[in-house]
Amino acid sequence: MAEEIEQPVHFAFDAESEAEIATHLAKYPPGRQASAVIPLLYVVQAQMKRSTGSAWVPRVAMDAVAARLGMPPIRVYEVATFYLMFNTRPIGKFHLQVCTTTPCWLRGSDEVTAACRKATGIKAWGETSADGMFTMTEVECVGACVNAPILQVDDDFYEDMDAARTEALLAALRRGERPPAGSMAGRQGSAPEGGPTTLLEPTVAE
Amino acid sequence: MPKVTVDGITVEVPAGSNVLQACELAGKEIPRFCYHERLSVAGNCRMCLVEIEKAPPKPISSCSYPVADGMVVHTDSPMVRAARRGVMEFLLINHPLDCPICDQGGECDLQDQAVGYGMDHTRYGENKRAVKDKYLGPLVKTVMTRCIHCTRCIRFAAEVAGTPELGATARGESMEVGTYIEHALTSELSGNLIDICPVGALTSKPYAFVARPWELRKTDSIDVLDATGANIRIDARGPEVLRILPRVNDDVNEEWLGDKSRFAIDGLRRKRLDSCWVRRDSKLHRASWAEAFDAIAARIDGVHGDRIGAVAGDLCDAESMLALRDLMATLGSQNLDCRQDGAALDASRRDFYLFNTTIAGIEEADAILLVGTNPRHEAPLINARIRKRWLATGAHMPILGIGPEVPLTYDVRWLGNTPRLLNDLGDAAGLLRDAKRPMLVLGQGALRRPDGAAILAAAWRVATDHGMLTGDWHGFNVLHTAAARVGGMDLGFLPGPRGKPLAGMLDGGVEVLWLLGADEIAPERIGRNTFVIYQGHHGDRGAARADVILPGAAYTEKNGTYVNTEGRVQRGFFATYPPGQAREDWKILRAFSDRIGRRLPYDTIEALRARLEQINPVFARLDASPRFGISDPAGPAGDPAAVGDAAFALPIESYYQTDPISRASPTMAECTTTYRPVAAVAAE
Repeated sequence: MAEEIEQPVHFAFDAESEAEIATHLAKYPPGRQASAVIPLLYVVQAQMKRSTGSAWVPRVAMDAVAARLGMPPIRVYEVATFYLMFNTRPIGKFHLQVCTTTPCWLRGSDEVTAACRKATGIKAWGETSADGMFTMTEVECVGACVNAPILQVDDDFYEDMDAARTEALLAALRRGERPPAGSMAGRQGSAPEGGPTTLLEPTVAE
Repeated sequence: MPKVTVDGITVEVPAGSNVLQACELAGKEIPRFCYHERLSVAGNCRMCLVEIEKAPPKPISSCSYPVADGMVVHTDSPMVRAARRGVMEFLLINHPLDCPICDQGGECDLQDQAVGYGMDHTRYGENKRAVKDKYLGPLVKTVMTRCIHCTRCIRFAAEVAGTPELGATARGESMEVGTYIEHALTSELSGNLIDICPVGALTSKPYAFVARPWELRKTDSIDVLDATGANIRIDARGPEVLRILPRVNDDVNEEWLGDKSRFAIDGLRRKRLDSCWVRRDSKLHRASWAEAFDAIAARIDGVHGDRIGAVAGDLCDAESMLALRDLMATLGSQNLDCRQDGAALDASRRDFYLFNTTIAGIEEADAILLVGTNPRHEAPLINARIRKRWLATGAHMPILGIGPEVPLTYDVRWLGNTPRLLNDLGDAAGLLRDAKRPMLVLGQGALRRPDGAAILAAAWRVATDHGMLTGDWHGFNVLHTAAARVGGMDLGFLPGPRGKPLAGMLDGGVEVLWLLGADEIAPERIGRNTFVIYQGHHGDRGAARADVILPGAAYTEKNGTYVNTEGRVQRGFFATYPPGQAREDWKILRAFSDRIGRRLPYDTIEALRARLEQINPVFARLDASPRFGISDPAGPAGDPAAVGDAAFALPIESYYQTDPISRASPTMAECTTTYRPVAAVAAE
């Protein structure tokens, strides 16, 4: 059910969104535009982030997507509420998504969670910090277990997190910096800690 | 056809069937919640699990598994029973144990199947999920905590009703069925959600906490609030009709029913005429039958037959119309009319005023032209059938419309709103000519106007010119809005050779006017000195103008024969007694004929029906509407060139209030209020 939050009364795609929508619609044959509903919801969320600083999908925007794709609005509501990647209520400037599924949990996601809470003052999942900078969400496995634990900020994965790195990351974000995504322990991709252990010498097939 | 063995019984099933259907053919009952034979397959309740040999070694949901030749199915193996018990346990985890206060109790699929597969205790110690109830309008009550997420309502709204407003939002434990943005469902078929909901999540709001199913006396009948002739079951307790449900008739209503037909019944208890009334000194006074008859007899004594007229209303049964016709004949009157809206129906041939394609025949059509009609309001079930056909053609079937643009549940190409289009369809003509089985639907909005006869003739010419009339296909259809109309036409409740039609009887054209349930005539059109006898069941417009009121029976209170718009003769049966002094209408007329010494020659309804069959043999052919092609292409009298310019106006303003019963119904009044703003927006 739509919760009681303040909803904008108007939404229109801007030029950047329109260009992106055109590339998505071109992927599907005529009459099958409804297939583009998920990409379009992402377009909406990105446009909201650009224009308001909060990446979310208001109801009028879902209606705009439905109208653009020629589908009943309820079908868009279903999709937008089903996928947790779409925020149906406003969020903070940064969306902190802490993975707490078993591998991350075993590798210390509780520590990451606690550090996030301490740094942002957020008490419970789904809340936004008082300064409007951060929203914390608990997510299920994001598929990067080998570098667990993961803290996903917006679309970026910050890997091999612990309390200190989390605090440093959030502090950097507050300063307006955006540290490069990836392993915070300095790993190359998903290679073992301390560097690769196999395939050390290049062998050339002769 | 594949052969399937179910629990040792071998059955042959049509290719493309699913295992559940094969099991049913073998006589095995498969429990199910989400599967419904008229909706798409969802396969999400998991209750219909069976075991299939040589298939993956796990329980398989039979509704979504296609049959194959040589398949061996077990519906009662230990694995199947254990699996179904597991499913039931999960379903009951979040289902409240509130059967004692649930309106579905006694006719609940979940309750019934829990007896077969449920445990006697729960192993679930956590808190149950609670869901906020939704507002779906004045007809459907929700208790969403009871919802088991079968999605039948979602599929019904999207597929059959064509108003995709329901959906499942969020996911997992947070999943909820609803409209997301709270609003009343805008479908005229929303009552069917109550029937298809397998649990007590969607129940009838007007019927809430009224009765238990086992207390009800069930009577088969025919709906009269539109001309579809939907088959209904009247559920009554004591003297009161408590609810109306559809009966299955695949040729007419399948298993659906329009909201007006289902919910207008509280109008049967209000504004009823329960005694005779006679006007003295311009005020109506209660009277006995003898006094009322005396008053009429005194007034008509000495009046020439030409100065007496009779009009039959929209809800009349054929028997009472025939009795009134015969009574008028004994009085020497030929002034009869059953077309109280003045529609220019041509009675010279039956196919000039029938829905000849038949309702089931719509499913063979491949192009439709709608003329001056809004089938969604005039016959929601026929509209649902058109939508069904449109969906079956992949939403490609051309549907053209001439008339005001109304929101229908399929794509319509509106050509414009002038009857002149009938004489020149432009490029749309090609679409009809290219079709193999095109049909035309002519609404009452096109016929109840001064140039109605010309429009009828022009429409017939469109049909002949575009290949709608062939040896095995009759694509010319008149869509009626009144349940009594076709019956009245069939039995000749029409002006005789010297008789006056309705227009001639108004404005003082007759001295005595007998209105048999005729409530749609503006009172000021009836001459000031005309003596009006109103025979009917509701104190509506007709009764307000009457000089003598004779209380009759509503359709639930009499045995009656009705002919629907496709010419199907059906019988409704007596369910409750009419209130007070009110009597069955044909008996009133028979008694009155005796009083004036012109006794009608029938004492029983059987004798009256024999007379009906003698007048028109179609009355002998019950519940049949044989399909026929056309042998004589000659059209109705009327000059197609004489069609006027005036735009079509639709006959129904508010779907929910069209007749004395629905106008007396508080539920229908509430619906009219609820849905009026929507209609206003659509009209802009």
